[in-house]
Amino acid sequence: MKLLTHNMLKSHVKGVKDGYPLRLSASKVELKEVTFNADFVVRMLDRIVWPVLRQTAIEIGQGDNLPTDIPADAATNEEFLRAMHHVLLEVLVLEGELECPETGRKFPIKKGIPNMLLDEDEV
Amino acid sequence: MSRPEYAAPPELFYNADEAAKYTQNTRMIQIQRQLTERCLELLNLPAERACFLLDVGCGSGLSGEQLTYGGHIWIGMDISRDMLDVANERGCEGDLFEADMGQGAFYKPGTFDGVISVSALQWLCNQDKRWHEPRKRLKKFFTTLYGCMWPGLSASFPTDLWWLEMITHAAMKAGFTGGVVVDYPHSTRAKKIYLCLFAGVVGNVPRGKT
Ligand SMILES: [Zn+2]
Repeated sequence: MKLLTHNMLKSHVKGVKDGYPLRLSASKVELKEVTFNADFVVRMLDRIVWPVLRQTAIEIGQGDNLPTDIPADAATNEEFLRAMHHVLLEVLVLEGELECPETGRKFPIKKGIPNMLLDEDEV
Repeated sequence: MSRPEYAAPPELFYNADEAAKYTQNTRMIQIQRQLTERCLELLNLPAERACFLLDVGCGSGLSGEQLTYGGHIWIGMDISRDMLDVANERGCEGDLFEADMGQGAFYKPGTFDGVISVSALQWLCNQDKRWHEPRKRLKKFFTTLYGCMWPGLSASFPTDLWWLEMITHAAMKAGFTGGVVVDYPHSTRAKKIYLCLFAGVVGNVPRGKT
């Protein structure tokens, strides 16, 4: 699972109000190169929640070089866009866990695939 | 061949054996690719742009391969872990989730540029467990899906006539606009039906191929 994906996730457990962000813990992380596409990263600037991305990256040991805030010139700042590209698309969480911030429900990640199946009473 | 959705729930039907068979059957692969290509066409995404897409019922990643080939970044969800494992082994580029679409989509508002679902929605119309109510599950799916679409962009689903009314009704109730596209309506062999939806705008439903 990429950190881009994690940034979009919210908990779907019954009764949850906001459910965002899911807390990510990782026991196995892999880096995999992805072709840099500036246009895609620029468009994600409006969609991602930067503090969550940065904090999550730091927590799994991949947050070096990430500024506290998105720079004002982000859309044309290639150095920043490349750092963002890397953290969004090239960091893969293979083993770990997602945790619902409200209910504490845990969703295990195995071989990169989170299991988001709910039980009958959680729907 | 009996239609799979009559035989068993998808997580049971698509077990490891079925998953392997499904992925080795060249005719099946061909059909899956064509349906995906057409879905992408119907999404009418800006040319040359890498988009962020959701593939509902992504299975072993055959449809996702076409999305990757088109330069897109995508997330797939499927209820069959066996199918997802096959997708993984085949080196699929999308992020995968083991999830039940009837339990709703779990992404924040404005996440996706587009959504496709190739031959998966009819599974929602089945009552395969005591606590599965198809109408409730369809409603959950479409309302949560509507919530996570980037406004103005679309979803397309090849479907079949049998389930069309039920699926369309649920989609419209959730706020989608759009309609049905029928390709090759005069050929029983080639005829294909797609449900083409828009979130947040009234779009033009593309014409079917003849
Ligand atoms: Zn089921």
